[in-house]
Amino acid sequence: MAVNQQAQNSGESTASASGQLLAAGMAVACAVAFAWGVTLIERVAAGDAVTVATSWVPAFNVRLAFHIDGLALLFLLLVTGIGTLIAIYTATYFRGDSRLPRLILMLMAFTVAMLGVVLTDDVVLLFIFWELTTVTSFLLVGFDREKASARRAALQALWVTAAGGLLLLIGLLLLADVTGTRLLSEMVAAGTVDLGDPRAAWALALVLLGAFTKSAQMPFHFWLPGAMSAPTPVSAFLHSATMVKAGIYLLARVQPAFGEHDVWFYTLTSIGALTAVWASMMALRQNDAKLMLAWTTVMALGILTLFLGSNERIAVLAAMTFLVVHAFYKCAMFLVIGNVDHGTGTRQLDQLGGLFKPLPITGVVAIAAGFSMAGFPPFLGFIGKELKYEGALAIAEEPLLIAAAALAANAMMVAVALTLVRCIFLSGQANTPRTPHEAPWGMWLPPLVLAVGGLVAGIFPEHLLGGLVQAATSGVLAEDTEVKLKLWHGVNLPLMMSVLTVIIGIVLHLNRQRIHRMLDGLVAALPFTLDPGWDSFLRGFDSVANALVSRIQTGRLGHYLMVIFVTVVVAGGVALASMDSWSAQSPQAALTPVVTAIVVLMMFGALTTIVSESRMLSIGALGLVGSGAALVFFWYGAIDVAITQLLVETLFVVLIAAVLARLPRLSGDDHTDRRTRVWHGVLAVGTGTVIGLATWLAATRSTDHAVARYYESASLPEAYGANVVNVVLVDFRALDTLGEVAVVVAAALAVVGVLTRVNRTRASASAGEGV
Amino acid sequence: MNSVVLSTVARLLVGVMLLFSLFLLWRGHNEPGGGFIGGLVAAAAFVVYTLATSPREARALLHADPGLIAVIGLAVAAGSGLLSAFAGKAFLSGLWIFLGATETSKGLALGTPLIFDVGVYLAVVGGVGAMVLALEESDS
Repeated sequence: MAVNQQAQNSGESTASASGQLLAAGMAVACAVAFAWGVTLIERVAAGDAVTVATSWVPAFNVRLAFHIDGLALLFLLLVTGIGTLIAIYTATYFRGDSRLPRLILMLMAFTVAMLGVVLTDDVVLLFIFWELTTVTSFLLVGFDREKASARRAALQALWVTAAGGLLLLIGLLLLADVTGTRLLSEMVAAGTVDLGDPRAAWALALVLLGAFTKSAQMPFHFWLPGAMSAPTPVSAFLHSATMVKAGIYLLARVQPAFGEHDVWFYTLTSIGALTAVWASMMALRQNDAKLMLAWTTVMALGILTLFLGSNERIAVLAAMTFLVVHAFYKCAMFLVIGNVDHGTGTRQLDQLGGLFKPLPITGVVAIAAGFSMAGFPPFLGFIGKELKYEGALAIAEEPLLIAAAALAANAMMVAVALTLVRCIFLSGQANTPRTPHEAPWGMWLPPLVLAVGGLVAGIFPEHLLGGLVQAATSGVLAEDTEVKLKLWHGVNLPLMMSVLTVIIGIVLHLNRQRIHRMLDGLVAALPFTLDPGWDSFLRGFDSVANALVSRIQTGRLGHYLMVIFVTVVVAGGVALASMDSWSAQSPQAALTPVVTAIVVLMMFGALTTIVSESRMLSIGALGLVGSGAALVFFWYGAIDVAITQLLVETLFVVLIAAVLARLPRLSGDDHTDRRTRVWHGVLAVGTGTVIGLATWLAATRSTDHAVARYYESASLPEAYGANVVNVVLVDFRALDTLGEVAVVVAAALAVVGVLTRVNRTRASASAGEGV
Repeated sequence: MNSVVLSTVARLLVGVMLLFSLFLLWRGHNEPGGGFIGGLVAAAAFVVYTLATSPREARALLHADPGLIAVIGLAVAAGSGLLSAFAGKAFLSGLWIFLGATETSKGLALGTPLIFDVGVYLAVVGGVGAMVLALEESDS
């Protein structure tokens, strides 16, 4: 026992060590990619995109085409930069955990998929990578597979985003059809698409559905908060730089094609505003710090969607800047919560408090990230917020509504940031399961880097981010734009709004108990909520599927055969009835006396099969029919077919006889009732007639034997075989044969499976009797 | 079935049938026969043996689980196709070598279709064998 334990421990430590190695590999790979991306900034900002393309599936004109413009580069840097930090953090967070290798491999696969989404230029490739992010995030969200809640969240994320992904594929293909190109870069360069074309209108609707499901816009937002049941570093990665941002990337990418249209503007702004405001309200009422953060992600996605609705330069700039701002503070904040969870054993706000002293470094990070989140100067978040207000006011159509929505969401963000920082680190007393302690360096360094980055980038925005954000904005608008990032814009309307935001935020924070109660009342008053609605949807889906399957898959062999024969009669009958002419040629092969005798024998066999009272006699008579068919094949020289037929027939009779030998003799009670027998008779005669007529037609109509002639002439010189039948089987049409062999093997395994189960049931039943 | 005559004859017959099945497999490319037919003959031999003796003895004769043989056969068939894929040709297109080729004759042609046919043979033997054993063993 002790030895066993030791072996298990050593196995775990080996797994953990290999996990550390894998994590280091991921960190290095991401860091190298990040560094490469940094060297590209200048080139891309100058308008010189990096393009690589090679043929992949020429038959479908799918190319492995990659195109790095400003927008793609921004995402590349976010994914790889944050990926590096996440790899370091994960290695420490999961130290000594044997699941670490699995997690890191999933993270790597996910990172590759995400990079694929943002870098690819081909729409089919985009879809493939898009679905890969869906699948890998399903695995990541459901990482704690023993927990039912994690499995449910993973399944929910999969359903919603995969359904959206399929719609997206159709939308992208329609768009490719309208624009005449599969390459996103060419579509973007082609400019506005005319929505008068119904294909384009459908493309717009489907692409929007794909983006909204992925980026959790209302009413598809409900899966994202649940998805935070992933391990904390995974949540940090999914929420800050990847997964959910894929939808935002897509919106930004197709903006030049649709951005001019009113329907685009009104859809994105209204859905985005609604999502942002609702999500920030939901964030305010949470007690779980991680869930609170998850809701603020939905809010951020709403804001990004809102600003991408307009093709005003400053609005797009606001979106691109906020993308970076959000990635910085959101990732840092998630990691902070991870450290708090790690150091205290809880994430519930009412149990936490005064953690600044035991967790000083995490506390500093939390304050810096929180201030950036709240948009206080001189943090990067301040610039982001100023740009949002400037962008909102610059949008010509509905500046007030957009500004009001942005202000409301931002004020609630301030309140959330203050709540997180104050309630966890500054005020109150900790009442936690564990004595609070600071995390090891591997867990405070990554968020510290992000927090310091947010501060430094806030002070020197133009130097650090100017080129990149300008390139990204140009990439979205598909035109060269000149933008400057500044911390201080002077006293203007956006600054006034910032002040107002902070004041409202502080008021909200101080009254959070009352607001909490009010929001709870609001949620309770809703006629229905989507998350429980999801459960009833799944239940309904299950019961519909069950009803359908139990009708189609009755488990009765007779029923299946009946379906097959009815199909033959109906489909074959329709095909025969719609024939233009019934030729009057005589058959190509003459009916000799010998063949006539064989056929009479077969008919005799068939008749015996039906009337016999003995199963064995029936089977034997049926074998006579099959053997007769084999003899006919022999007579006309189809030796291989005849041998096969004879062997199959023999084996069939032996096997069926082996089964039937165990059944009792047929008695009068076993007969089906009269109506059923008449129906079976009609069906049998119908099937025989259709097949007979079809055979007659095939034999009497002159057909072009080009295929047969080709096989005959090519068999020896090209495939080095004189037996054409065999050459067709193993060479010309080998793929068909492979499929058939696979069916044989699958059927055999199925028979074994079913019979083994029957045996086991019987064995346990008889064991029960013995007791 | 406890027939001394049957079980004695079956033991003799099985060897002959198996040899014949291999002969059919080998000649299939040029004369009637091939992997499918050869596999069926071998399967028939196995069925005869199983019915004449007992499922336990039949299993002992095979040494390997028939289901496994079937799966291996499938893998061999698919693998023979992959060989040509690695050679830069389409999946399952034939690759050939000619032993003892001279100016006038191609000599003995050996190619991936033969490997494919061996896979088919194994899949059929294994598949039918697995079914027969499952049926016979469900007897008790």
